[in-house]
Amino acid sequence: MTKADAVAVVLWIGVTMYAIFAGADFGAGLWSLLSGSGDRGRRPRELIDWAIGPVWEANHVWLIFALVVLWTGFSSTFEAVFSTLFIPLSLAALGIVLRGAGFAFHHNARRARGRALAERLFGLASVLTPFFLGTVVGSVAGGRVPVGNAAGDPVTSWLNPLSLVIGALFLSTGAYLSAVFLVSDARRAAAPDLERYFGTRAIVSAVVTGALATIGLFALRRDARFVFDGLTSDGLPLVILSALCGIAVLVLIHRRARRGARVLAAGAVASVVWGWGIAQRPYLLPQKLTIADGAAPSATLTSVLVVFGVAVVVVLPALGLLFALAQRSVIEETSGPPPPPPEEGMGARS
Amino acid sequence: MAFTLGFHIILASLGVALPALMLIANYRGLRRDDADALKLARRWSKAVAVTFAVGAVTGTVLSFEFGLLWPAFTGRFGQVFGVLFAIEGIFFFLEAIFIAIYIFGWERLSPWTHFWTGVPVVITGLGGAFSVVAVNSWMNQPQGYSPATGDVTSVEPLKVIFNPAVPYEVPHMILAAYLVTGFLVASIYAVGMLRGRRDRIHRLGLLIPLTVACIATPIQFAVGDTAARAIAKDQPVKFAAMECVQRTSTHVTEYLGGRCTSTGVKGGIGIPGFDSFLVGWSTSTQVVGLDSVPPDERPPANTMLHWAFDTMVGICTVLIGLALWLGIGWWRKRDFPQSRWFLRATAVSGVAAVIALECGWIVTEVGRQPWIVYNVMRTSDAVTNASGVWVTFGVVVALYAVLGAALITTLLAMSRRWRSADEEGVVVPYGPESGPPPDVPTGAVR
Repeated sequence: MTKADAVAVVLWIGVTMYAIFAGADFGAGLWSLLSGSGDRGRRPRELIDWAIGPVWEANHVWLIFALVVLWTGFSSTFEAVFSTLFIPLSLAALGIVLRGAGFAFHHNARRARGRALAERLFGLASVLTPFFLGTVVGSVAGGRVPVGNAAGDPVTSWLNPLSLVIGALFLSTGAYLSAVFLVSDARRAAAPDLERYFGTRAIVSAVVTGALATIGLFALRRDARFVFDGLTSDGLPLVILSALCGIAVLVLIHRRARRGARVLAAGAVASVVWGWGIAQRPYLLPQKLTIADGAAPSATLTSVLVVFGVAVVVVLPALGLLFALAQRSVIEETSGPPPPPPEEGMGARS
Repeated sequence: MAFTLGFHIILASLGVALPALMLIANYRGLRRDDADALKLARRWSKAVAVTFAVGAVTGTVLSFEFGLLWPAFTGRFGQVFGVLFAIEGIFFFLEAIFIAIYIFGWERLSPWTHFWTGVPVVITGLGGAFSVVAVNSWMNQPQGYSPATGDVTSVEPLKVIFNPAVPYEVPHMILAAYLVTGFLVASIYAVGMLRGRRDRIHRLGLLIPLTVACIATPIQFAVGDTAARAIAKDQPVKFAAMECVQRTSTHVTEYLGGRCTSTGVKGGIGIPGFDSFLVGWSTSTQVVGLDSVPPDERPPANTMLHWAFDTMVGICTVLIGLALWLGIGWWRKRDFPQSRWFLRATAVSGVAAVIALECGWIVTEVGRQPWIVYNVMRTSDAVTNASGVWVTFGVVVALYAVLGAALITTLLAMSRRWRSADEEGVVVPYGPESGPPPDVPTGAVR
């Protein structure tokens, strides 16, 4: 493995982490949006707040991480992607701003109206970002991003069936992940009604995600032959692994198993991400720019790897500590108590 | 991007320096068993969380803008300066993690353990500031890559990281962060005291940040002076534009204010020979003028640049006066001056410091124009070829207006809530959580 390949692997680790953690975050936003207004959706929303409150900032750092590695290690790819696909990427950034603002401020909004508005913003933003990031991935996979400053078509590069399907797939994947995560959170909060509530949603979104993935495969075959061929040869084991993980999660949730569902759901997402990476090899931009050709000078690649090594040694333990504390509820937001005990006739099947 | 950075720079300053104030209050609270100081530390920690969250958002947007607005710049030089951002990423990550632990650990960790979880926040803030400002320094003094034109094929990361502008730009910015945050926080409490709230919380809330800021200000003056001299050497055209020096000559007059024209400064107060003296300690020092480069390599908006520089220096000078006032008062009476004029001056100091910060930002950024990388790449060559940049830009401006307004309302709402809590006299950190949790009843207050 060359140094450039190693940096590509680092980039992919960042992408995977973002896909899993931020995906779950965005999905939670989607569920918050779909939970209905007023009292009807109050309890699910409270659970969502409680579950993602303490750790949300750390999750989004993965995106910055991936962007920095991309522009440092593969500057020309960054230039090509961001200049050609500036419309979907601007909209994704818009989502990030609105979401951050909505989340930060809804904790402090005093009036019910402000609170509802902030929640609405948060939910809407959670749809924008994953969808448009998905279209970006679809455009790259479809080979619609040529090297250069805004060399590709600003509209058709991302407004095409493949990109749209991948966008929808990102959305449903996030919803699926977060529903699975929220089932565990509901159990921690001792709210069996919410456990059932999100269990149902996990199963529904899993089926939708599976269907979209299948459509996506057809779209790839038509539009992105290179990636399709990769997925059905070298990447095939990972695709199968992902499908198996997905099915296992459904079984676990159906049987209301206590553990394993979250790890398997994350595994299902991670294996698809890596399957895509393997299918794209050796290209950064399929059939336009290879990893070797697009890589930064050797000293830069070394620095990226050194910095990554330091990050693994320093950041991961700290991150682990935070997650462990959050999971054990040792540290909890004082302002966000766990949702109140279940009330009759609410939540269960609304 | 200049606009977003102008916004981000305030949040980033708060992000760098507010945790330090919070820890000072926390330390004092624990050492002297001071419940009021602890209460302040706790409040500031919530402000840290909000500004950090918003700062994280603006930071993410900035990393998008590197591609959305300046793809050619990042495409060519991302491989050169990117490592600094990678390092910054680690600091940022750690800062996020420890802020979360600190905030949510108020009641769950033992007091001193909790204090120590705050220390990494301060250190990572400094480290992050170093990495980001070093990138800007590199844009002013690019080095450590080759060849000089065309695709970069080799990079020397250490030369990039420790470029010649780092020794003066980085300390200047970090001090600015402490100075701005200190005066800003102090000014909030000064306003409160002017409105008659003279309890101990307000006195401490004024004194801690004001002391920090007043220590930082004179140092900042010296560092800034050094920076200006270094710029006269490293980026003579920028310096010429700051001082409106048209022709390279000796015995150059220093002008305060005035209007820059091609024939010299109109209006303004002139001190003959002083500009030369400032550059090289002698009136016979030669100062490079704008005529040393062709017109298309000179910064635009000369008068604005000159005024921005003068305003920054002027505000810093006045703030030193405020620091002296505090120092004398403390020396004589072991207390800050009680006069309303002192409080009024402090109340204005926050806004003044922010203006100085923005002026400094204008000087360094506009002064570097038309270059994005000094003498290497023009800003016009760095920009995206995509049409619709102005739409993106417009949307970004609108969003930031919303974000800024929301941030301010949130902080105000927090302070209102604290005040009403004060009147009820509740919430002791490390004590049993009495009273209502701070975030409840919708529409119950007022």
